[in-house]
Amino acid sequence: MKNIFLVAYLDIKESLRSKWFYVYSVVFGGLMALFFITGVSDSVVMGFTGLSRMLLIFIQVTIIILPIFILITTVKSISGDRESNVLEYMLSFPVALKDYYWGKMLGRFLTVFMPVFLALLLGVVFGLFKGGELPWRMVFLYSTLLFSLSFVFLGLAFFLSTLVKSTDIALGSSFVVWIAMLAFIDIALMGLMLQNRMNDGLIIVLAMLNPIEVFRIGAISLFDPELTVIGPVAYYLLDTLGATLLMVYAIIYPIIMGAILAYLGYIAFRKKDLL
Amino acid sequence: MLVKVQKVSKVFMGSRVLDNVDLTVERGDRIAMMGPNGAGKTTLVRAILGFYHIDSGVISVNGYDPVKQRVDVLKNISFIPQLPPPVKLSLEELLLYVERSSGVSRAKIFEESNRMDLDLKKHISKPFFKLSGGMKQKLLIAIALSKKSDLLIFDEPTANLDPKGREKFYELLGEIDVSCSTLFITHRLDEIEGLVNRKIYMDLGKVVEDEKV
Ligand SMILES: Nc1ncnc2c1ncn2[C@@H]1O[C@H](COP(=O)(O)OP(=O)(O)OP(=O)(O)O)[C@@H](O)[C@H]1O
Ligand SMILES: [Mg+2]
Repeated sequence: MKNIFLVAYLDIKESLRSKWFYVYSVVFGGLMALFFITGVSDSVVMGFTGLSRMLLIFIQVTIIILPIFILITTVKSISGDRESNVLEYMLSFPVALKDYYWGKMLGRFLTVFMPVFLALLLGVVFGLFKGGELPWRMVFLYSTLLFSLSFVFLGLAFFLSTLVKSTDIALGSSFVVWIAMLAFIDIALMGLMLQNRMNDGLIIVLAMLNPIEVFRIGAISLFDPELTVIGPVAYYLLDTLGATLLMVYAIIYPIIMGAILAYLGYIAFRKKDLL
Repeated sequence: MLVKVQKVSKVFMGSRVLDNVDLTVERGDRIAMMGPNGAGKTTLVRAILGFYHIDSGVISVNGYDPVKQRVDVLKNISFIPQLPPPVKLSLEELLLYVERSSGVSRAKIFEESNRMDLDLKKHISKPFFKLSGGMKQKLLIAIALSKKSDLLIFDEPTANLDPKGREKFYELLGEIDVSCSTLFITHRLDEIEGLVNRKIYMDLGKVVEDEKV
């Protein structure tokens, strides 16, 4: 445990200086700013008012950008250091592998979660400023969902990063995973369902295993408790599980999944050659 | 006995890079390790440092297993890699890492850097990878010498140094505590001839010659 915070701190310092971090922060911060400039928050559409409307758009953007951003920037963290021999030097000091790996993970989590979270807070502050009524419960649950989403993709990135030896393959495979999950949100699922090629149970299971889908259902159920806007699978889940259980699942499942993946990555880190 | 390598083999993608290597390093040994490119020198050193899971054989350093007890092993070893790594941390941060993880005092690193003619203060907030090749190497040397170790492992540490830097480096090496062992991988024996008391040749993954001088 001795060096875990040291490694995390240094990883954060390194990220804060890197270009990807600026792009990342500007994307999310800028997005929020844009919403307010363009007045999205003032509109009343489909029954969502002001702040909620803005949060909803923010979610849609997050679903697409956040996972790939986390994957691209993080999947290189261990495999890249290994390739460039940075790992060889850093690990020639008496630091336990446990501290190194989990320290990197902790540092990376803070760097990817903070900008999104702060952008969300920015939105809330703007909203309050404009005199909107603050949906506290929604903001809280939504932050928690963001936390879960970041966590599962971070776990996945660390898993790929330690398992795969070359950065290119790690990047490529994370891209494939991302596309597959994104595609399965709607297009593939709907198509399969319509064609009746697969039984419905399987489709439901696929949807529930896909962290992007889980996040989407969870997040949108905050705004549209009937989930009328997002299709039959979500609707079925809501119907079977009920709103509370669905939310609990949407928060807990990605965290468990992320923890398992991160742990598998850690095992690979320890059991395979470090270089 | 400091390092004990017994019948160690390591296979990479079908080729036996270390082939039944036996080697012991005693306290006070000053070793020059030589051999053609690809002989397995770096691989052997990395195995001693616990980076590889060897396919057969046993390695122990001060009685510890380099993989299972890496912290105990690495506490007592200073290492300079073959190529300076492109570390993105600033010098400030790198020093913090060394200081905290290995209990080296910053003042000591500054002192050693000064003796290597490296002005750390001037570059302290620069990222490490932006230093010149020779400066990087000087800093790695200063760090390695500051860390109190029983064994110094240098994988061709002078490649990027200018003649003056090299001279300084050998001068500093002459001052190392006699109880401390050193293992140099080098292709230029003539330069360190006076500093070593043992020569090891490796070829094709084996130690083919081991002589005391
Ligand atoms: N991680 C690895 N994966 C696959 N092959 C490797 C790996 N590391 C080393 N090798 C191979 O092992 C052999 C020995 O490499 P090593 O780096 O130990 O040589 P060396 O004696 O240090 O040579 P040099 O004098 O050029 O530094 C080489 O053929 C190299 O290609
Ligand atoms: Mg080598």
